[in-house]
Amino acid sequence: MTDVVSSPAGVLAKPARRDIGIKRRYAAERRFRAYGIAALSFGLLFLALLLWSVVSKGYTAFQQTMITVPVEFSEQIIDKDNERATDPQKLLTANYPLIARNAVAKALGVAEGDRAGLRAVNQMISDAVRGQLRDMVVANPQIVGTTQTVSLLAAGDVDSAFKGQIDLTVTENNRKVSDQQVGWMNQLAEAGALGKHFNTGIFVNGNSSRPEAAGVGVALIGSFYMMLIVLVLALPIGVAASIYLEEFAPKNKFTDLIEVNINNLAAVPSIVYGLLGLAVFINFMGLPRSASLVGGLVLTLMTLPTIIIATRAALKAVPPSIRAAALGLGASKMQTIFHHVLPLAMPGILTGTIIGLAHALGETAPLLLIGMVAFVANYPTTPMDPSTALPVQIYMWANEAERAFVERTSGAIIILLLFLIVMNVGAILLRRRFERRW
Amino acid sequence: MNMLSEAAVEKALDKKMNEVAYKMIGKDVSVYYGEKRALFDVNLNVRENTVTALIGPSGCGKSTFLRTLNRMNDTIENCRVTGKITLDTDDIYDKEIDVVELRARVGMVFQKPNPFPKSIYENISYGPRIHGLARGKAEMDAIVEASLQRAGLWGEVKDRLHEGGTGLSGGQQQRLCIARAIAVSPEVILMDEPCSALDPIATAKVEELIHELRANYTIVIVTHSMQQAARVSQRTAMFHLGQLVEENDTDKMFTNPDDQRTQDYIMGRFG
Repeated sequence: MTDVVSSPAGVLAKPARRDIGIKRRYAAERRFRAYGIAALSFGLLFLALLLWSVVSKGYTAFQQTMITVPVEFSEQIIDKDNERATDPQKLLTANYPLIARNAVAKALGVAEGDRAGLRAVNQMISDAVRGQLRDMVVANPQIVGTTQTVSLLAAGDVDSAFKGQIDLTVTENNRKVSDQQVGWMNQLAEAGALGKHFNTGIFVNGNSSRPEAAGVGVALIGSFYMMLIVLVLALPIGVAASIYLEEFAPKNKFTDLIEVNINNLAAVPSIVYGLLGLAVFINFMGLPRSASLVGGLVLTLMTLPTIIIATRAALKAVPPSIRAAALGLGASKMQTIFHHVLPLAMPGILTGTIIGLAHALGETAPLLLIGMVAFVANYPTTPMDPSTALPVQIYMWANEAERAFVERTSGAIIILLLFLIVMNVGAILLRRRFERRW
Repeated sequence: MNMLSEAAVEKALDKKMNEVAYKMIGKDVSVYYGEKRALFDVNLNVRENTVTALIGPSGCGKSTFLRTLNRMNDTIENCRVTGKITLDTDDIYDKEIDVVELRARVGMVFQKPNPFPKSIYENISYGPRIHGLARGKAEMDAIVEASLQRAGLWGEVKDRLHEGGTGLSGGQQQRLCIARAIAVSPEVILMDEPCSALDPIATAKVEELIHELRANYTIVIVTHSMQQAARVSQRTAMFHLGQLVEENDTDKMFTNPDDQRTQDYIMGRFG
């Protein structure tokens, strides 16, 4: 060092640095990163907005206002003439709403002669109590003549009012609940008789025109059947088709054409598949309308290209050295594929399949065309029975006017999103689980 | 162990010195990749229980020739082979010969170690299993042990036979691949630059192994390393631009080759 400093020149000559644009290059990089972060933040912002909007509107759907009062199963009302031993219809057709109304009226201290008051009380209880009380009595006829404590479903408007979703500052005539009913509601709540309970009904009930009794049970079963049909049909057909195309088919113009068409089919709007299903499965083959079987078949057609593309990519990604090793040992082509290539491609195939299934689960348009947009209140027992699907149920509820349906729409969206998240997490876990290194 | 096998090698050598037995005979072998011709009428005979090294600059067709010997070229689209190659007396491109059967008789070891992503045991047992060479687990265990013994890997892996074959070091993986190849008892073993991905110590081990395997197998090895060819082989064939330039005893090849191009290549003037 000292040598250099005391060199003949005396000072260190600083070499002229070439300008190779370092600053410009780093500035460009910083700019690009800023664009990237901006794009990402924009996306995240909208995702957060979507989730916030859905969750903030929908979480109340998982709670249901109930009125818990002692209900007198009056023999006078249910079976005045004591005919229930001979006439089973008697217990089915009895005037159960009246029993419920009397019970709530008693709790509120509304006089029996106050017809207007009793009518207002009746409006506070859901009409679904008819079925609720009937089922209790049919299951256990012994309770006729006794008094039981029962949690009755509150009417949708009371439910909305109790959750604070109805603006009570507007004039009484312009809202669905009267001041009197709000007063009673508060009175019952203070007495501990009216309160929010976990809403199991939204998971198990079929559709209903009364929001408090409506649920996605039928839609869940319909969606489940369809997913099952898609999995059972699309996975084997898709994997077999891709193995043939990727490993066995000769590479010529014809297979090129098939490949191009498969890629194009993946981009065909889903409503076109609905039209195809309507024409082929319902009109030509005569399968029933609104059935999850037809829905499953249509979604299978729609999912096949996705699975084929994913499977072919997964097969392509298996290193050629593994094939060479197996072939070099004298394994036949079939053995090479089934013993070595397919197991290594499995994570990719499974991921593609689950993504395809998740896509099919959220698909609405084709189902509208094959008649799955129907009001179905009863559970389908087979895939041939009328049914709806989760996204279609959401679509139908979104068209309802009542306030209580708004939260249920969001609630159903939350359920759908949860299923999608579970499926995607499943895809990630499967990938991790089966991933092998070579 | 070492002494024994060396003695065996000597014995085999003595026996073969007197009469030349050809295991594989290539006659006018040409290979086309689509329109492009990669090999031009190669006539090359592979001697039994001998290590034959194929040398030559990159793209000269030595690997292509090697792969015609067990029809691995069949897997390449547009690849066409003309001429005649026999294994003993069988024309391997004859319609009568099944490629699966051929590859059970002519095994192959590749440039990059490519064990299956399975356990060491499964790697070795796969070949015998698909060819039905073992009846029962005891026989299979015996085949696995014998193959690993021959590949000189038994001592290193006997306690972890059921661990992944990909967890071994590069040199061990390559010896595993050799063990896998000999587990199906082939007659010929083809090696396509088996040491090019290995460090010098692992290379030395594989070379020693090749030397020992010679007593029982006919070996054809493609190599980029002239020293390796000189060390492991008895016969050397030099390829250039798709043509066989010269085939000779290795000693002669490296001291006094017949062809000027061989001389130049070995001296490092091209390639």
